[in-house]
Amino acid sequence: MNAITPPHLKWSADENYTSVPYSVFNDQEVYDLEQARIYNGPTWNFLASEAEIPEKGSFKSTYIGDTPVVVTRGQDDEIYAWVNRCAHRGAEICRERHGKSEDGAYTCVYHQWAYDAKGDLHGVPFQRGLAGKGGMPKDFDKKQHSLRKVRVVNYHGAVFGTFSDDTPDIEEYMGEDVSHHMRRILNKPVEILGTTRQYIKGNWKFYSENTKDPYHASLLHLFHATFGLYRSSQKGESIANNDYHSVLWASGGTEDEAALDDMKKDKLRTLQTGEYELQDMSLLAGKQEFEDGVTLVILSLFPSLVVQQIQNTLAFRQILPKGKDEFELVWTYFGYKDDTEELRNIRLKQFNLIGPAGLISMEDGESTELCQNAIIRDGEFTNVIRMAGDEAKGDDHLVTEGLIRGLWKGYRELMDL
Amino acid sequence: MANSSLTLELKNEVEDLLNAYVQCIDDDDLERWPEFFTDECLYQVIPRENHEVGLPTAVMWCDSRGMLEDRITALRHANVYQVQWYRHIISNPVIKTDDGETFHVQSNYAVFKTCNDGESTVYNIGRYVDEVVRDKGVLKFKKRSAIYDTHRITTLMVIPV
Repeated sequence: MNAITPPHLKWSADENYTSVPYSVFNDQEVYDLEQARIYNGPTWNFLASEAEIPEKGSFKSTYIGDTPVVVTRGQDDEIYAWVNRCAHRGAEICRERHGKSEDGAYTCVYHQWAYDAKGDLHGVPFQRGLAGKGGMPKDFDKKQHSLRKVRVVNYHGAVFGTFSDDTPDIEEYMGEDVSHHMRRILNKPVEILGTTRQYIKGNWKFYSENTKDPYHASLLHLFHATFGLYRSSQKGESIANNDYHSVLWASGGTEDEAALDDMKKDKLRTLQTGEYELQDMSLLAGKQEFEDGVTLVILSLFPSLVVQQIQNTLAFRQILPKGKDEFELVWTYFGYKDDTEELRNIRLKQFNLIGPAGLISMEDGESTELCQNAIIRDGEFTNVIRMAGDEAKGDDHLVTEGLIRGLWKGYRELMDL
Repeated sequence: MANSSLTLELKNEVEDLLNAYVQCIDDDDLERWPEFFTDECLYQVIPRENHEVGLPTAVMWCDSRGMLEDRITALRHANVYQVQWYRHIISNPVIKTDDGETFHVQSNYAVFKTCNDGESTVYNIGRYVDEVVRDKGVLKFKKRSAIYDTHRITTLMVIPV
């Protein structure tokens, strides 16, 4: 690996993950290194739910990091992906977000070079010239001009891609607990219910931290604390796998009374039980659909995916960096193919809790921007990540920042910073 | 749909409803916003990309007056967001009715947003598709769908459109 480190990035060399210099969130060189070492490196990046490309010829345009990628289902029913850039002169080939190629061909509009679902080049107009004039040289070989291919894996219906040959097997990459929770949520065929997109003016890693932060959840989000959808006092765990992947889970209605009493003593803005009420409680009238009684799972698979279950809402959240201080968050909402109409309607109503206008989740976009706004200077200053000690590890409770330390441990190793 | 029942008077009445609705929001008089709907109602803010392919997911989806009130209570007391103003521009209302009692209305909207830094941006544009009925003598929305083209929502959406 190229060992270039931005010279102005002053990050103490000891194995300490409790303080991160702010320049990591606001530096173009760091951003470009991330694209090379993380997104083009040995990581699995979420591309699609299999249900988004259900038929032969289906495709979806997306990104790995900020590189445009198309994921396709070939005529052989296999899933492929390639960089959305014609091998000829670099033009974008696929210009729709979703669609179906009836003949299985992907043709660049610029000079009509035509590729198949695998990204192999099949057609070059005027290859042999016109009436003896022009044409490609005799040594031109279409086989040498495939699209840049992405290695793909379909894990229980979630499709991931990687540019690197060194990326380990997907289950090994995720780790035991993260893959367990992925299979728990993807335990049967899913039905896509829609997509929403949120554009946030902050560095993507502020959002990664947020999804590994059980400390903030009952302090920033009133709905979580007041209605007990999530409280740090509930039974739950924070689990780290391979440092930077994590699972947070909690079971609603399992309060540790002593812990809840302690929370009440802190007079939190967000804990207003008995004071803050809803006119229509049907929003929170969910259905227990998992036997384990777990009502909240935030699974964070570095670098680009969060899979969530909050009450009866299920969603993929795809994190797409668009620059050092901007990212797009793509929410893909789903249920299961065998959902009853009642359960489907519960999900649609509870989607009010999540997404860009989510009664719980909207503040996460806000908190990301709050941080970005404040760190544009003093890049050598650092934050403080010490809740529940200094180690980068999970815990059997939710009063911790251990998973965020894990994020930075894994990040530094991968980035060689 | 025959439109012979649409008198000029009724047309003005429907347009007054469309105008009063956006003025209520833009004036931050949000406690009155649920009053524009019938008790049993459907209000949704849904991206055009979902609507066009028949996917039901909306960013706001309220099927009772109570849920509308809860949105405003959350906005006032629960949610955390930057100080912001909306300014709606609405245009091109097309009003259809068979009986002069129920109206199917479509209009275009643009919402400009202004935050603390003073910059106004085009925040959300789309169209309203409405079913308007007479409720105790007053026209109200039985259904109002804001189907938005701006399918990339900047930061968050807390104020209804």
